[in-house]
Amino acid sequence: MSQMLEIRWHGRAGQGVVTAGELLGESTMHAGMYFQAFPEYGAERMGAPIKAYTRLSTEVIEIHSPILDPDMVVVVNPNLIGVVDITEGVKQDGTLIINTTHSPEALRKRLGFESGQVWCVDATSIAIEEFRRDIPSTLILGVVAKASELVDLDAVVETTRETLGGKLRPEIVEANVRAIQRAYEECSQG
Amino acid sequence: MVASQFMPLDGANAVSQAMRQINPDVVAAYPITPQTAVVQNFSQYVADGIVDTEFVPVESEHAAMSACVGASAAGARVMTATSANGLALMWEVLYIASGLRLPIVMTVVNRALSSPLNIHCDHSDSMGARDSGWLQFYAESGQEAYDNTIKSLRIAESKDLLLPVMSCQDGFITGHGVERVGLLPDEAVREFVGSYEPELSLLDTDNPITVGAWDFTDHYFEHKRQQTEVMNASMALIESVCQEYEQLSERPQPILDCYGMDDAEYAIIVLSSTAGTTRSLVREMRAEGKKVGVLKPRLFRPFPATQIVDCIKNCKAVAVMDRAISFGAHKGMGPLFTDITSALYVAGECDLPVVNYIYGLGGRDTTPPMIATVFEDLEKVAATGDRGDLVRYVGLRG
Repeated sequence: MSQMLEIRWHGRAGQGVVTAGELLGESTMHAGMYFQAFPEYGAERMGAPIKAYTRLSTEVIEIHSPILDPDMVVVVNPNLIGVVDITEGVKQDGTLIINTTHSPEALRKRLGFESGQVWCVDATSIAIEEFRRDIPSTLILGVVAKASELVDLDAVVETTRETLGGKLRPEIVEANVRAIQRAYEECSQG
Repeated sequence: MVASQFMPLDGANAVSQAMRQINPDVVAAYPITPQTAVVQNFSQYVADGIVDTEFVPVESEHAAMSACVGASAAGARVMTATSANGLALMWEVLYIASGLRLPIVMTVVNRALSSPLNIHCDHSDSMGARDSGWLQFYAESGQEAYDNTIKSLRIAESKDLLLPVMSCQDGFITGHGVERVGLLPDEAVREFVGSYEPELSLLDTDNPITVGAWDFTDHYFEHKRQQTEVMNASMALIESVCQEYEQLSERPQPILDCYGMDDAEYAIIVLSSTAGTTRSLVREMRAEGKKVGVLKPRLFRPFPATQIVDCIKNCKAVAVMDRAISFGAHKGMGPLFTDITSALYVAGECDLPVVNYIYGLGGRDTTPPMIATVFEDLEKVAATGDRGDLVRYVGLRG
């Protein structure tokens, strides 16, 4: 039986949203899965709201069009709530993962999302504490790993080490890894 | 068969990896969105000494194709890449490349032509070049773009063909979309493409030749006849290279990629990435008992006319989806549709209702629900016997 997980990301340009989707895909590829990671291309300017998509599947992915009814929505930037339609098309039993200081109960109320799962994590604080920059996308992969059985935390950590290891100083790479592990531990579901 | 190693690559990068493995003698190119990553990545391989290609960063696409023609005439193995307006600027030199029988391989990352200005995918660029004497492959995914690039080189350089090849993929959709792509080992690719030893070259000073000579009313016609004959007779050669590559890679390499076509009552014919989207819908509809199918030609030039007719002739109704308009053609139909209706007519299959759908111009999303409406229309056409509008639009507002 083939399994597919379709994820839509909401963030602002420059927050590492596209990179996070690609890292996620790559981590599942190492476990033998197929993936697609692609942003929605608009005018390119820092800080603009952007959407990106990730498909993960145990089988070859044939569909090549944007995700209309995601299984999971990840909100990287808390100030997008109320600005863009976060829950558009999301499946009834879908999962929301939100970077916020608020509780899942408060977010459910605010978004009018009563079914499925809501996971909250204060990713901005973790990012600032661990690497002093508001680039919270990658560390949210820790929450994605907790919320989906298709994604393995160790694989995410390993892929992050490999991919960022080629570009960043070792202490920054380890700060990213710590941030992912903290997000995994500190997130709350409700 | 050799095992592929999987990498996370966008379609453009998949092509630059193929080019790295091929290690051509000369690449002359000019960057244009969405092809840029192909050239950018490859120029990095040159700078890092991973390939020993002579990379010529030219001042325009006209110069790019001109440099490719010069290098190829000199006996080099030559590759390049472009998109949209860049391809348009190459126009006169495209015909020179094919007329001189130069086996240049060019990736086209499909993009809409201006005006209005648009950087997103449609097929108006390469479809406009369909009569330029180049072979054309179209890829559904980054994987197919990689595979087609390697096959294109072997086909182009075949002694019995010697024609340039365009290997096309959808801009942004696969060009910038990152997917799992299997790469053959470097040695396997190098062995598959072999070395290129031209029988005639400008640098062979012991056997001097003239290239690009005056060819007036005396012989031009005969030369053009030879050029069209070699293309007309090339299908067996193309199929044999595809089969050889299929055995090597263990990935199917059909000229026509068919799904559900054995007993399909309603079928869609479509190129490139939208064929995958259509197939995912067809799988769902088949599970519900609908007799539907999808046919994706991976090769558009030369046009596999008889194979397509054989594949669709027992359907009740067929839709051809075109990501380009052939402006001024009857009702503004698309280029794939004109070729398919022509193929049906000459095969004597004149009763099959076929309709044309223009879709996805300028990168307009084409989703499964939109494609589902095409199948609904086909059922209506068959049920009522009324074909209705010959040319329709899908995903168009208002």
